[in-house]
Amino acid sequence: MSRETMEYDVVIVGGGPSGLSTAIKLKQLDANLSVCVLEKASEIGAHILSGNVFETRALDELIPNWKELNSPIKTKVSKEKFLFLGKTRSISWPTWLLPSVQQNHKNYIISLANLCRWLAEQAETLGVEIFPGFPASEILYNEDSSVKGVATQDMGVDKEGNKKDSFEPGIELHGKVTVFAEGCRGHLGKELIQKYDLSKGKDPQQYGIGFKEIWEVEDKNHQEGLVMHTAGWPLDNSTYGGSFIYHAENKQVFLGYVIGLDYKNPHLSPFDEFQRFKTHPAIKKIIEGGKRISYGARALIEGGFQSLPKMFMPGALLVGCDAGTLNMPKIKGSHTAMKSGIIAAETIIENLKEKKDLSVFEEKFKKSWLYEELFRARNVKPSFSWGLILGIIFTGIDQILFRGRLPFTLKHNHADHETLKPANEMPKIDYPKPDNIITFDKTTSVYLTGTNHADNQPVHLKLKDPKLPINYTLEKFDEPAQRYCPAGVYEVQKENDINKFVINSQNCIHCKTCDIKEPSQNITWVTPEGGGGPKYGNM
Amino acid sequence: MKILVAVKRVIDYNVQIRVKEDNSGIVTDNVKMSTNPPDDNAIEEAVKIKESGKATEVVAVSVGEEKAQETVRKALAVGADRGILVKADGVIEPLAVSKILQKIVDKEKPDLVFMGKQAIDDDCNQTGQMLAALLSWPQATFASKIEVKEKSLEVTREVDEGLETIEVQMPSIVTCDLRLNEPRYASLPNIMKAKKKPIEQINASDLGIDTKPRIEQIKVEEPPKRKAGIKVASVEELVQKLKNEAKVI
Repeated sequence: MSRETMEYDVVIVGGGPSGLSTAIKLKQLDANLSVCVLEKASEIGAHILSGNVFETRALDELIPNWKELNSPIKTKVSKEKFLFLGKTRSISWPTWLLPSVQQNHKNYIISLANLCRWLAEQAETLGVEIFPGFPASEILYNEDSSVKGVATQDMGVDKEGNKKDSFEPGIELHGKVTVFAEGCRGHLGKELIQKYDLSKGKDPQQYGIGFKEIWEVEDKNHQEGLVMHTAGWPLDNSTYGGSFIYHAENKQVFLGYVIGLDYKNPHLSPFDEFQRFKTHPAIKKIIEGGKRISYGARALIEGGFQSLPKMFMPGALLVGCDAGTLNMPKIKGSHTAMKSGIIAAETIIENLKEKKDLSVFEEKFKKSWLYEELFRARNVKPSFSWGLILGIIFTGIDQILFRGRLPFTLKHNHADHETLKPANEMPKIDYPKPDNIITFDKTTSVYLTGTNHADNQPVHLKLKDPKLPINYTLEKFDEPAQRYCPAGVYEVQKENDINKFVINSQNCIHCKTCDIKEPSQNITWVTPEGGGGPKYGNM
Repeated sequence: MKILVAVKRVIDYNVQIRVKEDNSGIVTDNVKMSTNPPDDNAIEEAVKIKESGKATEVVAVSVGEEKAQETVRKALAVGADRGILVKADGVIEPLAVSKILQKIVDKEKPDLVFMGKQAIDDDCNQTGQMLAALLSWPQATFASKIEVKEKSLEVTREVDEGLETIEVQMPSIVTCDLRLNEPRYASLPNIMKAKKKPIEQINASDLGIDTKPRIEQIKVEEPPKRKAGIKVASVEELVQKLKNEAKVI
């Protein structure tokens, strides 16, 4: 079937911080370039979810006068706290004893979704064409196997794959260079990493699942500018994770939890750990009397330097967390994603003007502060595979005494889908029932995300072997998809004594956790029809 | 034949509506906005009639803030020929909108005016009817099927009792039901083309229309939460509870 084609100098897939920074920098360097950004969400920002304590370093380089342009970066961090939680008690850790990478006094508490909306406005002013509601679903290759561009998803296809009356075929977008900026575990990025063997010689990528809720809290519990992190309860010593509590403007508190997806117990439910965390006295007192107004979840990169794939290939670049530029000990990925976009843009200009190979990206990357930052951060996450306590001791030595310059690099030994132990070897976890005041169930939570997918479209969560969930995964791991999915997409239902694996794909909030954690890598996340998924506001 | 289609920018139907803390209204900051869904049906029908050769031009008009331009642009991307944006800030009640549309009709002289049967934000369901009264034109509301004849329309209406088919002479007003058709998607090339289509901008004040609200809004509250149900053991207990607790019998 022939599709319409649109030609651009640069096609960018994904309207997050890295993609938009690439677009802005390209137009700043050459206003005549034609640049487009494809975004699967119904509008820019609607699929963005992040803490977020923002370091302005990359933005200072990209748009130095951002303060004059009514940017949504307003709340300066005024106070910091770090708590170790026991079951009912908490110990405050003096912030001067935190590694400098975890100190935030120059940073801002922001909504990354709103920052992206603002960046999109800046990009459009410069002449970038932004197309929300158009997921890139397919990579197009030239005969020499270099990347030619992408195709957008067909619209108006029913569950069986038949064309509906409203059928609208996808469009081919050809670029001299295509930039993939889909965020963590992008489904096209995943294909590129495999096709060009970009992770050769690297450690397996590591991921986490991050939850976020926005609470409107009582005046007395609100301290605008306060940044608080916790470690410890409810997770055990061997599970990597922690929380964030950021007091933003308008009496809002951004409350979140991150759990490493290398957890071992298949009975663990990240969602329920997060809900349980909120019942700790030190946390409950902040949100008590308040109201939860938003919920969301998204997988994030934790592998860092050791797991970072090569970011260039013939005809294309991989930027931001589609490659994996998040700085784990800093718990920040926005400024690094933006910087990788800036470097990508500079590379593309040299490629188009001076016919330099896209591999100059590597040289530029290695000379940048981004490389230095990721290099120094590299040993923190792997040290936590020895447990929380040893991890903290090592991190103190590595980050405070040696500032990340120890003469060795720890390895990530396993991919996250390999770490689960059989269900019968691990303890079951009894999670408390939600009280609907502080804690909630998945259904009520997903309701807040505004998630919707057009009816009667093909299921966008593909099973390589449709029988595996019941025949193998249920028996061996008690089908952990029921628990790791933060939106209740996967269910095992009993019908006449026969177990059935049900995929409620309309609930999917595009976090990609299933694609990462499924022990047999049996689930593949592909793009649903454009505009589907969550409609996050200021997440 | 010329068709004028009125479209409204509203909060997207998937978004969970939140009441402002001071009860002065609902939260609209950073909230996804879309075209009022039945207005999409109105545009679709007008474009279909044009594609069948029975109409020559489709003009989309919206009344609202500067950003309502996006809603007009969306209509252009699915086939409207040109757009008009009447700029007015704040709450614009149906009476003001219909007075503005009356001015636009005087200027554009369309044969038909289409719009959604109601907007999903205020659910007023008044603008089409008021416009018909102001223009003294016939109206067909809640249309789920439209057949264009020589000088009239045969319209099937969704009414409480079922379906009602009526014939209205042109020029006339039609308000559209969601069952009328399945709106098409805007394709990328058409979105690009829509960027080049003209949108005329007019200030509501320049039309001499006073858009001040006539209704004073005292406060906005969330509907009360539904209480969890209970199980009763017997019919007697049920009757007891309905009588004494629910006080419905």
